[in-house]
Amino acid sequence: MKNSFSRRSFLKTSALASGGMLIGFNLFNACKSDVELPLDLSQLNYKDFNAYIKISPEGKVTIYSVNPEIGQGVKTAMPMIIAEELDVAWDDVYVVQAPLDTENFSGQVAGGSQSIRRSWQPLRETGATAKQMLVNAAAARWGVAANTCTVKSGIISNANGETLGYGDVVEDAAVLEIPEDITLKDSKDFNIIGRGKRNVDIDKITSGKPLYGLDYKVEGMVYASVLRPPAFGQVLASFDASKAKALPGVIDVITIGEKARALLNAGKPNWSVKLSTTDKVVVVGTTTWDVIKGKKAIAATWKTDSDLESTEDHDAKLLDLLHGKKFRTRRKDGNTKKAFANADKVIERVYESTFLPHNTMEPMNFFANVTEDKVHLVGPTQTPEAAANAVASMLGRPVEDVHVDLTRMGGGFGRRLYNDYVLEAAEISEAIKKPVKMVSTREDDMTTGVYRPASKYKIAAAIKDGKLTGYHLKEACVNGNMYGLIPNFFPAGAIENYQVDSAQLKSNITVGAWRAPYTNFLASAEQSFFDEIAEELGIDRVQLHMDLLDNVKKNPDANIEYSPERLQGVLKKVVDTSNWGKTEDGVYQGLSVYYCHNTHVAEVADVIMENGYPVVKKVTCAIDCGIVVNPLGAMNQARGGVLDGIGHALYADFGFKNGVPLANNFNGYQLIRMAQTPKVEVHFIDSNIAPTGLGEPTLPPVGAAVANAIYKATGKRLTKFPYLKYLNAETEIIG
Amino acid sequence: MPTFNLKINGKKHAVEADADTPLLWVLRDKINLVGTKFGCGIGQCGACTVHVDGSAMRSCLLQVSQAEDVDITTIEGLSERNDHPVQQAWKAIDVPQCGYCQAGQIMTASAFLNENPNPSNEDIRNAMNGNICRCASYNSIEEAVKLASENIS
Repeated sequence: MKNSFSRRSFLKTSALASGGMLIGFNLFNACKSDVELPLDLSQLNYKDFNAYIKISPEGKVTIYSVNPEIGQGVKTAMPMIIAEELDVAWDDVYVVQAPLDTENFSGQVAGGSQSIRRSWQPLRETGATAKQMLVNAAAARWGVAANTCTVKSGIISNANGETLGYGDVVEDAAVLEIPEDITLKDSKDFNIIGRGKRNVDIDKITSGKPLYGLDYKVEGMVYASVLRPPAFGQVLASFDASKAKALPGVIDVITIGEKARALLNAGKPNWSVKLSTTDKVVVVGTTTWDVIKGKKAIAATWKTDSDLESTEDHDAKLLDLLHGKKFRTRRKDGNTKKAFANADKVIERVYESTFLPHNTMEPMNFFANVTEDKVHLVGPTQTPEAAANAVASMLGRPVEDVHVDLTRMGGGFGRRLYNDYVLEAAEISEAIKKPVKMVSTREDDMTTGVYRPASKYKIAAAIKDGKLTGYHLKEACVNGNMYGLIPNFFPAGAIENYQVDSAQLKSNITVGAWRAPYTNFLASAEQSFFDEIAEELGIDRVQLHMDLLDNVKKNPDANIEYSPERLQGVLKKVVDTSNWGKTEDGVYQGLSVYYCHNTHVAEVADVIMENGYPVVKKVTCAIDCGIVVNPLGAMNQARGGVLDGIGHALYADFGFKNGVPLANNFNGYQLIRMAQTPKVEVHFIDSNIAPTGLGEPTLPPVGAAVANAIYKATGKRLTKFPYLKYLNAETEIIG
Repeated sequence: MPTFNLKINGKKHAVEADADTPLLWVLRDKINLVGTKFGCGIGQCGACTVHVDGSAMRSCLLQVSQAEDVDITTIEGLSERNDHPVQQAWKAIDVPQCGYCQAGQIMTASAFLNENPNPSNEDIRNAMNGNICRCASYNSIEEAVKLASENIS
């Protein structure tokens, strides 16, 4: 095949002064044509390329990866793809996160389960191109045609039985032209992709080595803790720091906020910035504990400058929106009005969800050292480039002055797409003229979050002559709405008269992406509703979906990116593997099937009743994500997504009273724990199709699988998150 | 500020700190043992779990003034070569996702298996219930504790 990227300078190669070959490549952007690769590795510039491969004269392969690693496994899976096409032994590959002190680093976003999907082809081409150059070098040395040579695990052989290792020819290869024609492997010849490889950081994780932002420190660094308003809608009025300043470990107490406010007033903070206009009190001290204590010693007063909102208000206003007429239509097929007017029967349900904090295990934190020469930022962010741009704008510095180094992240789940805490660290460092680590507590994180927005859906189905003839979904959501192609996800295309409308409630509460944005609740609503539709129609639940998906096949639509065949495939797989419909007495099953983040998933939850309470014992999960790059990592993502989804559907309760968050730590907010977890059994569909992501897609459908099983067990239709709160509130018999 | 004499991973440390400073922050900020993690500060998540005389304890709740005259073990001191049976099992199963909570999980599991080397699955689920994993790697943790118990006994 043609190397489709080479003409855009996707790849550059160079001979290294230290010996061997360096290949720089850019996954997503065309590189500037004048980019030169360094001869000296210490001069690596991560701005121009996203990653590098180094092959040493000894044949060792190092892959320098700068992709943000939030636990989704890309630091292992992406190098595997390169190593496969490069045709080296995985044990010879050394993966390195971008080194500290790199100049002008910029990385990709970790978000949307897109890393593997978007990089699959370029990573393969990178590996294959490097391999071809090495083969060409060996062929030239032997004086044979390159196409008569073969490669296995970094050893090149010719027809005469002679062999050369990659290390033997790497110096020659480094000065060759980048070949236009390369051959990618047939997937049946893969021997790294599809074989489980362990997390490349596992030795450091199990032995407690410094890896995370909170672990980073430099000589002379101080700590800072930020006191922010207790309620959304409030700003700082006054404060008394005398007690705090008297504490031995407290160095200073300052305020910040002016710089951030100027950025907001200029009207152009980038999308990654969620800032309030308030001043904040900052305690600076010698250790984390000093600043935590110091912050508690601050006496602050707050004044109200906008509405102090409560959950009851949100609920009432969202319901008003749902029942009103202020909608934006997101997709419309046929004529739903007519279908509902002509229906024999209409069924309708309202589904409701809460705000949710992200609760990454590692609280927000960032290191900043703002000096006249440069701005050095180190820590966990899913959007390092956006962080650098925002900090540069706020400080009035050229972005070239800003260096961001990435640490492994103690979870992201969308929270670290937003860089408010990076800006705080930078504003503090500039004010105190010292290297500083801004550290949030759990209470800070949970009460000044960027929450999953509360949302409600009203779904109506029209039934005529025993058929589903119309489907109308309305969304009301705080400060956001479903985006992109979500209105075109299943059941779009399956029902003749179909409409999706959305409405938005403005609020002063900050919201943002939370693992599988919007679909994390939408899937639960819709897939619960389909259980009701099937019951109303008197049709088997699986058959209803199979029939609807057959309709999609007959009506091709450019906006529909899910595959009806692949959804049917996962449905069949989950039915075959879950003992669907054949369980023993006392085991109740619920089904859910969903497509999001380019991956097709079907899940069956097995629920039993114990002491009157529903207990999820097992979830069977069938996934079509194309080729499974790293089965070990994929299994972790799939099982984690399912359990995360169950936890938040059953237990997670969060709201506001007069602007104040109702929970501030894990004693008032329940995350799923081991004793509550079912066994998750995962089945991947065998596939030769290019891979798609797994960080999110197994989460959205599981709520409905559980709700549908609980319905069978209790006769109760669950429509509000967290399910168990309302199940217990509404039923005497099972409590 | 008073000085406290601590014994951590077999090594003596004299630490100046306020008496109410949690051991967690002494370990992380004063002794530079950052494997012990901060998660909640109120003993709810288990990320800061260490061994005190062999028992799993929350270092965020243990004040430095209470930590003298005991043997403290952190993840860095669990084994010399990262080869405690629990660490080996964690690697064999490939437990971590983000990995942040795993030191605490490993410390809880290793203290538990020391007391109960032949646990039932139910024992494991109860013993590990105090440690939150936000990535929900619970199935893998359960399998790894089981595997470690098989390798120990």
